[in-house]
Amino acid sequence: MTTVSKNRSVLRSANVAWNWLRVNLLASPIQIILSMGALYVLYLIVSFVLRWAVLDAHWSGDSRQDCDGFGACWVFVKVRLPQFLYGFYPEAQRWRVNVALLVCSVTLLPLFARSLVRRLAWGLLAVSCYAAAAFVLLHGGIFDLPPVETHLWGGLMLTLVVSGVGILGSLPVGILLALGRRSDLPVIQALSVAFIEVVRGVPLVTLLFMASTMLPFFLPEGASPDKLIRALIGITLFAGANMAEVVRGGLQAIPKGQFEASAALGLGYWKTMGFVVLPQALRVVIPGILNTFISLLKDTTLVLIIGLFDLLGMVQAAATDPRWLGFALEGYVFAGLVFWVLCFSMSRVSMALERKLRFAKS
Amino acid sequence: MPSLWYNARVRGFLAQILTLSGAIAVLGLIVHNTVTHLSDRGIVSGFDFLGSTAGFGIISHLIEYSEASTYARAFVVGLLNTCLVAVLGILGATTIGFALGVARLSTNALVRSLTTLYVETLRNVPLLLQILLWYFAILVPLPGPRQSLTVGGLFFLNNRGLYFPRPVFEAGFWWVMVALALLAATVVAWQQWHRRHPRRLSQTGLVKVLMASSLLILGYAAFVFTAWRRPELHGFNYSGGWVLIPEFVALWIALATYTAAYIAEIVRAGIQSVSPGQREAALALGLNPAQTLRFVIIPQALRVIIPPLCGQYLNLTKNSSLGVAIAYPELVSVFAGTVLNQTGQAIEVIGITMAVYLALSLTISLFMNWYNHRMALKG
Repeated sequence: MTTVSKNRSVLRSANVAWNWLRVNLLASPIQIILSMGALYVLYLIVSFVLRWAVLDAHWSGDSRQDCDGFGACWVFVKVRLPQFLYGFYPEAQRWRVNVALLVCSVTLLPLFARSLVRRLAWGLLAVSCYAAAAFVLLHGGIFDLPPVETHLWGGLMLTLVVSGVGILGSLPVGILLALGRRSDLPVIQALSVAFIEVVRGVPLVTLLFMASTMLPFFLPEGASPDKLIRALIGITLFAGANMAEVVRGGLQAIPKGQFEASAALGLGYWKTMGFVVLPQALRVVIPGILNTFISLLKDTTLVLIIGLFDLLGMVQAAATDPRWLGFALEGYVFAGLVFWVLCFSMSRVSMALERKLRFAKS
Repeated sequence: MPSLWYNARVRGFLAQILTLSGAIAVLGLIVHNTVTHLSDRGIVSGFDFLGSTAGFGIISHLIEYSEASTYARAFVVGLLNTCLVAVLGILGATTIGFALGVARLSTNALVRSLTTLYVETLRNVPLLLQILLWYFAILVPLPGPRQSLTVGGLFFLNNRGLYFPRPVFEAGFWWVMVALALLAATVVAWQQWHRRHPRRLSQTGLVKVLMASSLLILGYAAFVFTAWRRPELHGFNYSGGWVLIPEFVALWIALATYTAAYIAEIVRAGIQSVSPGQREAALALGLNPAQTLRFVIIPQALRVIIPPLCGQYLNLTKNSSLGVAIAYPELVSVFAGTVLNQTGQAIEVIGITMAVYLALSLTISLFMNWYNHRMALKG
């Protein structure tokens, strides 16, 4: 009896699989040809990647003599990995970077708090404390920590620092600019619109060029900040202007009744915005905010153009090293994989949140 | 006077005065510092430097340019190179993107997953990395001219660039062009007439066939009257054809394939935004599938597609500034790079560069506003 039912279930699942194949791959002669073509392309891609990256690849050794033939030379990535991760950060001090990264995940805990207001308040407090502590830890100079100048920072660590500062800075800048753009006061509105449109209208490269060449002119003698700070200013302004447009979308989605109700309750502008409008508006645009973070993370690679060595910059420097000429592809693939994992996971989170929000609304 | 202090208009007025004076103070400080720095370093501000001799070469120029040309001409050369890569990039990205967008909605699961693979891979890797990869890992390590990769002896790819045949137009070609213009004018005139008298002309099909065949004949004639000069190997390099330098090819491929991933998503969303009921209603009314697509689906999908598509075109144009990383001589690389370093006129140079991009962005957003206004559902 049991064997019969088992056989039946096997038959049924085979039937389901066959039906799926028929509908999705073999619906008509044209579909069959398309499927064969797609299968062939897939085969070409998979076989090439498998051969290049795994089967024929070189894993062991410590110089370019260990790499010959077609396969990828992962030896290059292995030898250069510490630099890809930490840049020129002194070897004895690298534990500080690790600690900073570890503590970072702890500071994100308040984000799981129940109430949104508590989450925001604790999150902001934790994040700003963390930012200060991380700077002290990474830069050193006090508490017996030997100073590590910012020009030694590099690799993935610098990528994370730049994108982290950009993300943190872009939110307040973006919210203020969005509020300014939606303001009833003509002067404030005009200033916000002008700032947003100018910053969004030019490529980030020109903003970084401006930050690196013109900022020293703008500031008083002797106050010229180092290269990293200049890049951070450029990145934060750019991300802030983009964030402003995302937040504006959220503000526009808030029904007029909400404003009228809070006015009827006697709330002033800041209380209306802080307790009624922004919590709802930001909630609506969380996916958009995450998408801005993703493009910001990708845009941080542009700092290599003004001479900072982020992950891509370190890979670029290593690939043009005469001892390792000809292994650029391996370096780019490694860096690409790191960026891909970070961006793809963020985009999945954003999509999941979007789905959750849609359910919450309906 | 507490009542005045709590008056919304008074408070608004005060807030604006404060903001404005703050902005003016910051601006004034910046101007003051800049003027001090400039006079300290002995830099004369102004646009006079544009007239002086540039003294540097540019590897790729669409107009006459030499080391003896002025900075102003170098600016135009850079601008034209930006336009070239932007226009060709937009063409490439649109072609790939629309094909992928349609393929993402295919009923075939394998085709669908292949396009998803493409979109998710390219969108989640920084564009700059892709540009560097195409240039340093693929195009630069190519073999030299003598071992070029070739397609049918017409196209050659080597580490000096992409070589392809150059058309040389003979006298007859221009007559064909004149005939083509006449044909276009006839078509327009016929359409106008047809619109005014819809029933008078019953042989619409015949007229269409006539026009299509004359277009074919003219196209063939244009091809006949064009001589193609193939690139040929002379000594160490190819000559005779046209060449695209590797920097251009890398930037072009990277921009087109990267933007195509975004366009594919836009096209998919646009087609999906047309509710299935529309197609069913059109079919129920007796329209055939081609008419359904042309008169019902595409017009409604385009309404959704075009605004973000313009945004992507603008992004592509702005992203072409990343050519500076591989020394493709576009606007930022030539002007904000070389000219800035040579003259030291940071403020003027960066200002002009930003103004160019800003003008472009504003033009496109004006167009988008106009389009949205025109396309807005009335009623």
